Amino acid sequence: MNQTSKKQGISFKSGDIINGKWHHQRYVILKQLGQGAIGSVYLCDNNGKKVALKISDKGSSVTMEVNVLKTFQKVQGNRLGPSLLDVDDWVNPNGKPYAFYVMEYLRGTELSTFIRNSGQEWLGILMLQLLDDLTSLHKEGWVFGDLKTENLIVTYPPPRLRWIDVGGTTQIGRSIKEYTEFFDRGYWNMGSRKAEPSYDLFALAMIMIQSYHPNRFERGHTPKKTLLKKLQHTSQLKLYEPCLYKALTGEYTSSEQMKQDLSKLLMKRESTRANHTKSTTRATNQTRRPNPTPTNKSKETNNHPMLESFGIIVVVFLFYLFYLLLR
Amino acid sequence: MKKGTLKQILLITDGCSNKGEDPSAVAALASQQGITVNVIGVLEDDQSEDPTGLQEVEDIAMSGGGVSQIVYKQALSQTVQTVTKQAMTQTLQGVVNQELKQILGPNDSLEELPPEQRGEIMEVVEDLGETCDLEVLVLVDTSASMHNKLPTVLEALIDLSVSMNARIGRNRFSIYSFPGKKKDIDKVLDWSPKLDSISSVFPKLTSGGITPTGPALKEAMYQFGKKSLRRSFMRKDEPNIEEAGY
Repeated sequence: MNQTSKKQGISFKSGDIINGKWHHQRYVILKQLGQGAIGSVYLCDNNGKKVALKISDKGSSVTMEVNVLKTFQKVQGNRLGPSLLDVDDWVNPNGKPYAFYVMEYLRGTELSTFIRNSGQEWLGILMLQLLDDLTSLHKEGWVFGDLKTENLIVTYPPPRLRWIDVGGTTQIGRSIKEYTEFFDRGYWNMGSRKAEPSYDLFALAMIMIQSYHPNRFERGHTPKKTLLKKLQHTSQLKLYEPCLYKALTGEYTSSEQMKQDLSKLLMKRESTRANHTKSTTRATNQTRRPNPTPTNKSKETNNHPMLESFGIIVVVFLFYLFYLLLR
Repeated sequence: MKKGTLKQILLITDGCSNKGEDPSAVAALASQQGITVNVIGVLEDDQSEDPTGLQEVEDIAMSGGGVSQIVYKQALSQTVQTVTKQAMTQTLQGVVNQELKQILGPNDSLEELPPEQRGEIMEVVEDLGETCDLEVLVLVDTSASMHNKLPTVLEALIDLSVSMNARIGRNRFSIYSFPGKKKDIDKVLDWSPKLDSISSVFPKLTSGGITPTGPALKEAMYQFGKKSLRRSFMRKDEPNIEEAGY
């Protein structure tokens, strides 16, 4: 039985035309881009320009999203969400009004696809970009709320992370407007649903975890334990673990703190890889081409030149033995 | 505008009533008294249940001025809070619309305004939704067929309290189950600001055969009255039920 109580929304075919009631703009539907809880998004042509149009019969929800997009415009010099181009109504032949708004069409790849194609090392870097954007958003007094993998795309070149659905954006201090269970700290028993910067940082950590658990996982009877165990046992996340742990447990109160920690970890990987010290074993799981030499010398070896020379002598001696035997 | 208390009944059921008066009529009566009736119909995962029972879900909510949604068990948590919030917005929007009509004339409503002004008004509605006080009476159907859905219902209700308590405004919840052992409804939890305490009470629910949705709704409606009576008794200087501030 398919019938849900969801009232049948409207759907458009390619070639349909939406005329604005107030601003008299004309939009020709090209294709559907997506469908969410509030309305559908279509790719449209407006005077030869490609734009994204979101239309819904839930007028009030559309208006609230428009309000959020408008506040984004106010954040100067920073392109947080897609920019807002038009807000209007469309009246269907029966006289029923539908609210819609038009935004810039961001052409990009989904975050998960991008990482799969371009390499794991991009994850940390894109997350730094995201932390930058979150910092500006938080400074304006807002949190993103419904931060999740599906709401992020990567535009390029150069690769840049952008968010596309801003419906959950909430003023700091209020209750989160919209969320997705897997990314919600309330669901994991790890905090409230009050809009504060740490709420977004939890979700960001979950995005990183999810990229290695694409099918997500159940919370079980002890949600917090389940989650922290998953974090520990995901070898690819070893590098980020201390940072993610702090984000999940709400230790960061601002995105700047997390950005600092994360960039330190990312830089560390670079420098340690150059030295081939023990501490890179954490990182080698991450790099696509692990160190070809199987030596796993401990740090002490490096600190004891005597031992090192002794090792070299032994190896040379062994080679000499082989030489003697094979001759 | 003075901030009041929003009153809601949230009915969680899985099918049609079979005893007593028409639940839609009772819901209409509740709506008259300023109580919104929301209904959530819960389906079993592999269910192909009688759709007539589900039609009732929509009917009750419509006459109760509320929101209805039919969901599968797994989606219950998120639905409970969306429905509650949606109904709040709907009610507040109704109030704002009334005020608008007084200012702009009877033919103007929110939808008739140009998008720019609509945005400003929705901001007010959102503000009200965040700061107003809320009273939710949860009425859970515990007839036999609901039995294995009850643990999920419990989870969803705790989740609702997490969501609602993140708001600035205050909340009160109470839970009743029906059919009751002797009466139409049984009290599970008296008015309280949080729902974490229910885990211990909830599994004790017993499931019976009949589903007297109408009478249960009516009884639930009186629980708002009772409480406000008691409250006004305690604070004689504040006879107004709508008064929320302490």
